[in-house]
Amino acid sequence: MKLELSRVIQGGARLGVLQGVGRTGQHSLKVPGCLLYTHFGTVPHLTQDTLQTVNNLPSVTQVTLSNIAEHQEVLEEFKEGFKTFAGLHNTVLYCSLHDPATRSPTGYATNKTVSVWGSGGRIELTASKFMALLKTVKPDWYQSMADGETWQTNTSRKRIRKSVDRTLAYLDECLLVHQKSQDLDGVELFGVVEGGDVMEERVRSARETAKRPVAGFCFDGLQTGSVDPALRTQLITSMTKELPEDKPRLLQGVGRPDEVLACVEAGVDLFEGFFPFQVTERGCALCFNYDVSPDPERAVLELNEEKHSAGDNVQPKGDLNCEDQTQMTSFEMNLKDKRYQDDFKSLVEGCGCYCCKNHQRAYLHHLLVTNELLAGVLLMIHNMTHYQNFFSAVREALATDKINLLKKRVNGEARNT
Amino acid sequence: DGSVGPLSAASPLTLRIVAECPVTKARACDLTLPHCTVNTPVFMPVGTQGTLKGITVDQLESLGCQICLGNTYHLGMRPGPDLIVKANGLHGFMNWKRNLLTDSGGFQMVSLVELSEVTEEGVNFKSPYDGKEILLSPEKSISIQNSLGSDIMMQLDDVVSSTVKGPRVEEAMHRSIRWLDRCIAANKNPDKQNLFAIIQGGLDAELRKACLKEMTQRDVSGFAIGGLSGGEEKNDFWRMVTLSTDHLPQEKPRYLMGVGYAVDLVVCVALGCDMFDCVFPTRTARFGSALVPWGSLQVKQKQYAKDFLPIDPDCHCPTCKRHSRAYLHALFKSDTAAMHHVTVHNIAYQLSLMRSVRQSIVEGRFPEFIRAFMKRMFPSRDDYPGWAVDALASVNVTLD
Repeated sequence: MKLELSRVIQGGARLGVLQGVGRTGQHSLKVPGCLLYTHFGTVPHLTQDTLQTVNNLPSVTQVTLSNIAEHQEVLEEFKEGFKTFAGLHNTVLYCSLHDPATRSPTGYATNKTVSVWGSGGRIELTASKFMALLKTVKPDWYQSMADGETWQTNTSRKRIRKSVDRTLAYLDECLLVHQKSQDLDGVELFGVVEGGDVMEERVRSARETAKRPVAGFCFDGLQTGSVDPALRTQLITSMTKELPEDKPRLLQGVGRPDEVLACVEAGVDLFEGFFPFQVTERGCALCFNYDVSPDPERAVLELNEEKHSAGDNVQPKGDLNCEDQTQMTSFEMNLKDKRYQDDFKSLVEGCGCYCCKNHQRAYLHHLLVTNELLAGVLLMIHNMTHYQNFFSAVREALATDKINLLKKRVNGEARNT
Repeated sequence: DGSVGPLSAASPLTLRIVAECPVTKARACDLTLPHCTVNTPVFMPVGTQGTLKGITVDQLESLGCQICLGNTYHLGMRPGPDLIVKANGLHGFMNWKRNLLTDSGGFQMVSLVELSEVTEEGVNFKSPYDGKEILLSPEKSISIQNSLGSDIMMQLDDVVSSTVKGPRVEEAMHRSIRWLDRCIAANKNPDKQNLFAIIQGGLDAELRKACLKEMTQRDVSGFAIGGLSGGEEKNDFWRMVTLSTDHLPQEKPRYLMGVGYAVDLVVCVALGCDMFDCVFPTRTARFGSALVPWGSLQVKQKQYAKDFLPIDPDCHCPTCKRHSRAYLHALFKSDTAAMHHVTVHNIAYQLSLMRSVRQSIVEGRFPEFIRAFMKRMFPSRDDYPGWAVDALASVNVTLD
């Protein structure tokens, strides 16, 4: 893969395209961008028919070893790799260790092993088992094995240092196997940068990882709720200083639009696309504004704008509490709220997704109140579309110098309700 | 040309008999309803609460579904008839452009609700949502169904379980006739919404015949055979079905309620039924049970973990075209979409079965179809269910 940057904004945001993605090199991915989040190769709630109603799907599909590890035997017998097993055509397969939408317990990593949690419980992986698993999965691209168990506040400095050391050691082991395997010819490996919330460890980890022959970098241990957003961007800035400009940076575990924008400005290129799923699971629809088109009426509105009062159960921005990952944000509307019972508007005016073209808020409200499965299907379609449109807007804003205006829209004018 | 219009001047239903089986009592018809024409014999999937669980209306349409069910009891509770009127009826609310049939709420009254009490006025019960006392009368049921705007409405009948014996059965039969008359009178949209009667009488031939005699004198668009498919002996079941079709007019559709197992469908088509509904195919899908011509396949079982064939190699549904049993087996551990895949397949199976049945009737080879169907479904002749053999024999089909 080759990162072609068309714009770099003073020591920060980058705009461009990741070319030559995939074993055959035929795919590309615009950056800043996000990956297609899946459970075992399936976008949550969606079958191929419903998935195809979403127009601007990312060209890279993410799967996680936490979903896949327990099925190693089956994949080994199948022999043809995960893509074929899952019926995935014409996509790039990226394999990560953990599921970004769920929090993995800490206290299990050792000098030689990390753990993932499948449906049947904990599965321990040595670097050798990790690589054997990957050879069976046959992804186009994967992250190296990593110890990221530093996300809890109060993680000791000693523990953080260990995670950096271990992750480098795992990386070296993985690289050894990777370079020797014909099976992994043409497959890209990303190194994982750790360091908790300690600047020096972050710098050390980045510097050391950059010495290895990796195709790009994952930033681990900075997921939403683990660290104050302001500190996160500082840490990212400190890491990117140590990294080559021409290799992509993927930030794990961050998906909220405001945090995405801040991290784009700090130099992150790629994000995991799990946020729409989380919003869907709490019965909410993304509705935040990302429109930066020139509109004189809007300019006037902006001047007179008051901050919207956010509504029920909303997590104030900057709230650190890890447990509140399931809490509603100010970027979404809670369709279970009684106010939508007889609201016959579409979810978001002008959205154009299958859900907004065919259904109304009152119907979604009814589906949620009656616990119907279709609610998840329709909300997933809408939330994915809205989120992808947001990323298009980010790129557009970077191209036209409107990133500050976009930030205002996303952060200031919270809801389209 | 076999086309017979409705009895009264403005009826929103036309039945055209396209072919009749010369051997059995089966027919293939075109049933024209306000939203589109339905080809019978037809299986109608059940979308209880204004949705088929996990499936979009586009998916349902792509599968070739021409009519599905909504449930008056559930929708009457949530979101309620007034809201649905504001949404342009149930069609508008769920955005389904083809036909809808709503049942009266009678069955749920009895099956779902504790302490429901039947009086001449209607069924009294306690709402499970707020504990309030509610009366579902024939007038109220039709009023809700008028608000829902379904193409076919079912009368409110006095529902008695098929395992109940004694005078209650006769009382319910007579009351159902009186309630039918009240339903007919209460229908505010006779030019847009059809009303079907429901033949009762339990497992008593004389009671059934009495009910048939009375109800067939009423001006309704079609007849349902009710009070069956509730746990009674299959030997009694088929005899009541065939008795009913013997006394129902040829020129109106016959709807056998609550029947959906493949064998039951094929046999009851042979006995003269045109329309069927059942939650079974879609409900069982969510438990990982896929319907196939040789029975069913429990995808969640260990034996399928490494089975790389699709559910049915001969099936053309979206699920079978893309996914293997092994993938679905694993997916059931990871995401709800696994249920949707099997639901799509099961609906495809049911609709495809009925299409094949219809085609064989049109081509005059229904008895051969039945024989081939049974052979595929059961490992050997000894496994053929006795009641099915008897029922088919009664309409001149012998199984080798």
